[in-house]
Amino acid sequence: MAVRSVGVVSPQRMVFDEPLRLKSGGVLPRYELVYETYGELNAAKTNAVLVCHALSGSHHVAGYYEDDPKNIGWWDNFVGPGKPLDTRKFFVIGVNNLGGCYGSTGPKSIDPETGEPYGSRFPFVTVEDWVEAQARLADRLGISEFAAVIGGSLGGMQALSWALQYPERVRHVLAIATAPKLSAQNIAFNEVARQAILTDPDFHGGDYYRYGVVPKRGLMLARMIGHITYLSDDAMAEKFGRALKHGAFRYSYDVEFEIESYLRYQGEKFSRYFDANTYLLTTRALDYYDPAAEYGGDLAQAFARAQARFFVLSFSTDWRFSPARSREIVSALVHSEKPVSYLEIESKAGHDSFLLEHPHYHAAVRAYLNQVAV
Amino acid sequence: MSMVMNPATNETAQPESALRFDLAAIARWVQPEERVLDLGCGDGALLAYLSATKRVVGYGIENDVNRVIACLDRGVNVIQSNLDQGLAGFEDGFFDRVIMSQALQAMHNTQGILHEMLRVGREAVVSFPNFAFWKHRKSILEGRMPVSESLPHQWFNTPNIRFFTVADFTTLCDLLDIEILEWMGFDDQHQPLPPDADLNFLATLAIARLARR
Repeated sequence: MAVRSVGVVSPQRMVFDEPLRLKSGGVLPRYELVYETYGELNAAKTNAVLVCHALSGSHHVAGYYEDDPKNIGWWDNFVGPGKPLDTRKFFVIGVNNLGGCYGSTGPKSIDPETGEPYGSRFPFVTVEDWVEAQARLADRLGISEFAAVIGGSLGGMQALSWALQYPERVRHVLAIATAPKLSAQNIAFNEVARQAILTDPDFHGGDYYRYGVVPKRGLMLARMIGHITYLSDDAMAEKFGRALKHGAFRYSYDVEFEIESYLRYQGEKFSRYFDANTYLLTTRALDYYDPAAEYGGDLAQAFARAQARFFVLSFSTDWRFSPARSREIVSALVHSEKPVSYLEIESKAGHDSFLLEHPHYHAAVRAYLNQVAV
Repeated sequence: MSMVMNPATNETAQPESALRFDLAAIARWVQPEERVLDLGCGDGALLAYLSATKRVVGYGIENDVNRVIACLDRGVNVIQSNLDQGLAGFEDGFFDRVIMSQALQAMHNTQGILHEMLRVGREAVVSFPNFAFWKHRKSILEGRMPVSESLPHQWFNTPNIRFFTVADFTTLCDLLDIEILEWMGFDDQHQPLPPDADLNFLATLAIARLARR
């Protein structure tokens, strides 16, 4: 059978009335999660796979919407019939995380207490909180155990966290282009992105909704910084080099180089649909993630309770979450005698590689998932 | 060490006879539930066999992406790494046994990797083609580089960069303070040679079990 799309999909919504106590100490008394599913849950409910999204991702992992066929899922090349995560075998779930801006309860949702958007009152959420919320969704779907939890970048952190928070509920973890915690450099980039948003005059302390504005310039800058870190130096050189927009210098601060044009375009596009508060919360969740912290920094000890098998993947030119960071995860897993495989994919595309089609990358995931029993 | 290596796979144990003869010989030295590291593990056949029959906690190291994928496909733990860069990330004495089958002759850093094997492992097992096998000697006498089952390549396309003999290897081990605990040798019919045989003359493939002196 040929590789194809999962086709038309539609998001679903689940309401949770049991309060969720967050790691930050905050509480969400009631919340909603939007999610999508692809494939069929088998009778024994043993073939469910959770896909965790990264910074700007959503529950819309694969397929497209009937009324918006151009809105294709962010990992459509990876999930579908005959694709590496094959929906003929697996029942795949994508969830928009709490604090998101694609329909799950987040800063732009209405706070039932005030009747206004949460804005600055939305509590801090962490990777662990997301996993907790995902677990509750799994409960409601009757899924007691995932065949696999898969994610790239921040999604990979959630996949790792699943193995630690619910060791008996996940059989395989695929942690792609991720890290066991952020480095100072990673946090530094996040901080610059946040400062761009926080100092935008339209931010209004996070309550910009009430003024009918968004901190567009800040969000645009944040995204531009992000994009620089997602690409490799080589990819940027190859794609843009020093190519000029107008063929010759104009001696101005308008776009001179193609790379500027690209970054402005990406930033502007992003600022039209993404919520600035979600960006702030999500970068903070990245910063806070550090499962080894409660074990005195000993990652192997943190992994000791895991029961899953692990497949860790990295990309050669990814400098945001470099192969060395993935190898830290692998070393810690070996140290605690956990089953783990590791592959570094030769790719030019930097951190973005995990979202792209690459024959070795996809063949490796396909091979790994092929031997996952359901 | 209660972990079983392949709990989630449906892999059934293959018979020993399905293993390449030298891997089957190496497998006989492995004790149940050992921690095993297989360097240059290829398609993972040895580890798949050991995990199914001896419940070892096993990891393979392989640099070639297609072989890594072959390991993944059979549910063998495989860690992609370039062995010439050593075994950084593995702790001292973590493994009971570190195996390298028919790969030492293709490594640049021969002494380094032997040192690393006995740093992370209690024992090491190394198999290699014996350049001094009598048919190889005959070939040289006739003026030609030997080509055989254990040295299957032509001089111009061989991946092997180190050509050495059982006697040479023994000398190197002495130099590196490595004790050779046991030898196994095979003739070119894959038949094991008697323990008192002159392996340097009769073995086309030799396997040594090593420990730190």
